[in-house]
Amino acid sequence: MSRLPGAHPNSFNIYLLPGLIGLLIIIIIPLLANVYISFTSWRGVGMPRWTGLTNWARILHDQDFWASFGHSLLMILAVTIIPTILGLLTSSLLSDVIQKKFSGRMASLFRGIFYIPQILPIAVATIIMGWIFRPEKGAVNEVLKAIGLGSMQRNWLGSSTWAMPVLMIILIWIQFGYPIVIFMSGLERVDPELYEAASLDGANWWRKFCTITLPEIIPELLVVLLTSTIGALKTFGPVYLLTKGGPGRQTIVPSYYSYTQFFQVQQVGYGATISTALTLVIVVFAIVFSFIQNHVEKNQD
Amino acid sequence: MKSRHIRTAGDWLALVIMILAALIILFPLIILFINAFKTQADYTQHGPLTLPKALTMSNITSFWKSSNFPVKLTNSIVISVCVAIIGVILSVLNSFALGIGRVKGNRVILVLILLANMAPQEALLYPLYVMFKAIGIYDTQLTVIIIFSIVQSAYGTYLLSSVYGTFPQAILEAGVMDGASKWQILWKIILPVSWPTISVLFVFFFVWTWNEYMIPMSLLISDSTQTVPLALAPLQGQYVVNATQLAGASLLSIIPTIIFYMFFQHQLTSGIVAGSVK
Repeated sequence: MSRLPGAHPNSFNIYLLPGLIGLLIIIIIPLLANVYISFTSWRGVGMPRWTGLTNWARILHDQDFWASFGHSLLMILAVTIIPTILGLLTSSLLSDVIQKKFSGRMASLFRGIFYIPQILPIAVATIIMGWIFRPEKGAVNEVLKAIGLGSMQRNWLGSSTWAMPVLMIILIWIQFGYPIVIFMSGLERVDPELYEAASLDGANWWRKFCTITLPEIIPELLVVLLTSTIGALKTFGPVYLLTKGGPGRQTIVPSYYSYTQFFQVQQVGYGATISTALTLVIVVFAIVFSFIQNHVEKNQD
Repeated sequence: MKSRHIRTAGDWLALVIMILAALIILFPLIILFINAFKTQADYTQHGPLTLPKALTMSNITSFWKSSNFPVKLTNSIVISVCVAIIGVILSVLNSFALGIGRVKGNRVILVLILLANMAPQEALLYPLYVMFKAIGIYDTQLTVIIIFSIVQSAYGTYLLSSVYGTFPQAILEAGVMDGASKWQILWKIILPVSWPTISVLFVFFFVWTWNEYMIPMSLLISDSTQTVPLALAPLQGQYVVNATQLAGASLLSIIPTIIFYMFFQHQLTSGIVAGSVK
């Protein structure tokens, strides 16, 4: 632990001042203001009118609200669970097979390709994917026709059955590279002799994956689960740009729902209630998760 | 031990799987690239899967003009560079006080800062919108620069203060022995040693700010203040715009990002890793 000898901690306060003032004005005060607005009725002009728990009572019976949180679970499936599983398998194949039996350059080339969707602005990545799912001569429909599945062609994002699954596919495509990059660097820590010894004992790839790879990258795994889940709860761009929550309410998510309350129907108080509820969910999740993380780290030591 | 050259059938299967996965990931981008240079007639006649019969730049040039692309590109660059610089400066100052200075309550402060990083943007959005309107800087690039400098510096402080928390004690003591002031120690000793982490943060802040969508969309409503990711939105109505125009526009919008990625690939990958596991 480092510390500057002979200096009193209080003498450092001045360095903290610009950052904390910024934090206060740009984040803490707006967050608190948002909580306050959630107890009011306000159309964005004039003064907010205090209505107590009215908005919060309304939320309990609002089917759109519960639908939006239900969809958040699907977002977690698409942003966290599926990419993490695919990422575990892929990074293990890359570092255990491709890197060792073929070449390290090849492994990093694959890693680089998988990461490309992650660097694109999410709005642009989303629009590109929406474009290949277009109903009129969209690439996906044309491929289906070419391979003789022409009857499968449809207006993917306009279909109440398919809009959500397609949205999820788009998110998986965007997210796929993130766990891979983190897991592969975690795997660099692992002593190659462990794998050599396991191979000599006749362990196959799956066995090595379960007994060496997985236990070794638990710290990275936890970080990926935490950051992706928070990302999933905040999903906005793809829904705003592709489906506007529709058809019907099939793809509405909390972030988009509160946005529409703010800027489309001018129910600012209610929008603030939804976004406050989302903040609470994220904070509770993060706290519970850090407890799990600490617990796992202690058990590992 | 030349196990490298004994490739089993399973090894080749793994390679085939990886190539297939890479093709699936690249498919939308390859299709985008092919169609960006196609004429609309060609697309209508042959669909999106064939190579262009004749090359045209008109999809790209028409978006360049209609979207005011040079202005949006300049805005994106100015905003992202300013955020990266201010965000890094704030991260360094915060981390110096928290990691090296160990100011009172540094753990509580760190938790507050982390909260700032986790809060969903729409929980800040409306109060910020009202505040910027009230002080009369709504719809200027300054709003977005201020917001994201603070938001990114929260992450930077989290990362850098843990780096500074384990700064080599001997180097600090040597500095004090030489009679250096705090400011000199920060400027002449700590900064040079932590330069690799700082450059990673710089690249990160730049990219994240470049890619932001919701807050810029809500605060930058004039054509002349908007950023590159916002430029595409008017084109995305499914039936309104023809497919080749959208392909050209999307391609043009991702070119700056791809160029940036090629230059800074190393910092980006080492950055997410540093960021994830401290």
